[in-house]
Amino acid sequence: MVLRSVADARWLNMHLPDGFLDARTTLLAAGAAAVGIGIALRQVRTALEPRQMPMLGLAAAFVFAAQMMNFPVAGGTSGHLIGGVLTAVLLGPSAAVLVLTCVLLVQCLLFADGGLLALGANVFNMGIVSTCGGYMVFRLVKRMVRMDSTRSTVLASAFAAWVGTVLAAISCAGQLALSHTVPWSVAFPAMTYVHMLIGVGEGLATGLIVLGVLRARPLLVAGAAEKAPISLSGLFGYGLLIICGFAVFVVPFACRWPDGLESVARALGFDEHAAAAAVEAPFADYRLPFVGSATLATALAGLIGTVVAFVAAYALARVLVPALSASKKDAPTRN
Amino acid sequence: MHPPATEPARTAPLFHVEARIKLLGALALLVGIALLPRRLTLLYLFPSGVVLALWLWARMPFGYALRRLFVVEWFVLGIGLLTLLHPGSLPLFFSIVAKSNLCMLTVLLLTWTTPFQDLLQALRRFRFPPVMLGTLALMYRYLPLLVEESRRMHRARASRTFSRRRGLAWHNLAAIIAQLFVRSAERAERIYLAMCARGWK
Repeated sequence: MVLRSVADARWLNMHLPDGFLDARTTLLAAGAAAVGIGIALRQVRTALEPRQMPMLGLAAAFVFAAQMMNFPVAGGTSGHLIGGVLTAVLLGPSAAVLVLTCVLLVQCLLFADGGLLALGANVFNMGIVSTCGGYMVFRLVKRMVRMDSTRSTVLASAFAAWVGTVLAAISCAGQLALSHTVPWSVAFPAMTYVHMLIGVGEGLATGLIVLGVLRARPLLVAGAAEKAPISLSGLFGYGLLIICGFAVFVVPFACRWPDGLESVARALGFDEHAAAAAVEAPFADYRLPFVGSATLATALAGLIGTVVAFVAAYALARVLVPALSASKKDAPTRN
Repeated sequence: MHPPATEPARTAPLFHVEARIKLLGALALLVGIALLPRRLTLLYLFPSGVVLALWLWARMPFGYALRRLFVVEWFVLGIGLLTLLHPGSLPLFFSIVAKSNLCMLTVLLLTWTTPFQDLLQALRRFRFPPVMLGTLALMYRYLPLLVEESRRMHRARASRTFSRRRGLAWHNLAAIIAQLFVRSAERAERIYLAMCARGWK
């Protein structure tokens, strides 16, 4: 077990433990997560049939079990799935938000993996930004490309999983920087570059798994159905929430508006908390002169990476779908 | 990582304390630890003493706690190393690692003395949304089952495919996970019918 945890490739992962965020960021992230879960609960209550309720619990257990599988990566290390976008494609985004929240809560309580106070931040990053943001990318790409349904679903889910992973990493970097724990000029490039690599594995695994479910039971994939599993207003709500979250966590650093954050904090009344938490901020001068260039370079690399990821997902869908769909004989129906 | 095989010891002195009190106490302790200053001072001795006293009182085995701590320690150090990239941040690094470990020990103590069902019951009393409670309860019930099922499928696959190609390994794992999802959905269907047969609505 020890060796396995050392060989785990997610040393720099997104499960924020307790102690890394200050009080202000913790409260802001928890508020954002609560709003997201509220939207999801409303959506699920109106949209989900009673017969699908047990599926939420089973899906949560499924995501947890899937996360335990070790995918071999180079050099004897291994990585594993996060599964946000996968769940959103399979069940719809609102169910995915609830499922991921439960997974993160159990992970925190039973394994001490991810902090209990940092749960809000983790739910926001992995349960809402990655899941719903990825799902929007999925819908957009699926509508954009002209391919048959299976191919477009596999392409869109693989690409969306990559984008979701990177988006969640950027949000996580923003929270670390806002807490004065890691300066933005370090957190943003490190988290983004590492998760652009991790996202490749996430995208590949998500595409393969969606393809596997599509071949076995196509009706189980909600994202491939004609009728969307979420209302437009729900999608709008998630979009607004993610934009607001990024406006608070990321934009102050990326755009160098030193006053934006302070005025938001003052408007929301978090000033006292900030003063209490940042007793000694070690990075009083964390806005280093090269911040702008590091941010710009990383953003540029991110854009190039997005294009490359899209082309890779396109190639995956082109090459893999006909090859695997043709050989139905050795489909893994019953092991 | 495996689901914890050891259920909390029923004879532990803290076991019979009301779960709500333990949950609130743990949260208060966590908040206290989180609000400590960001360099190691004598103030750190106070929550450490509380955690240590609770540890001894609850009779949590030393090896158990260290093993669980060790598994997640790498992830703490991974993000912690980022803070070291800034000159003069060594005190910050040590304080954050200390805070994380104290918080993880607090959560471990909470789950060592409180069965998951009791925690759910406490959350229900705190008006946690019922949909989430149901999901958590079902998840906890079926998690060992699904893990065992995925291991079985993995073993079956491994005994039939003799290759060390990485691409094949990925393909196999993805097939197993896809199959696991299909089986979970079928199981959910059966559970729904069984619940209906027992008068659930």
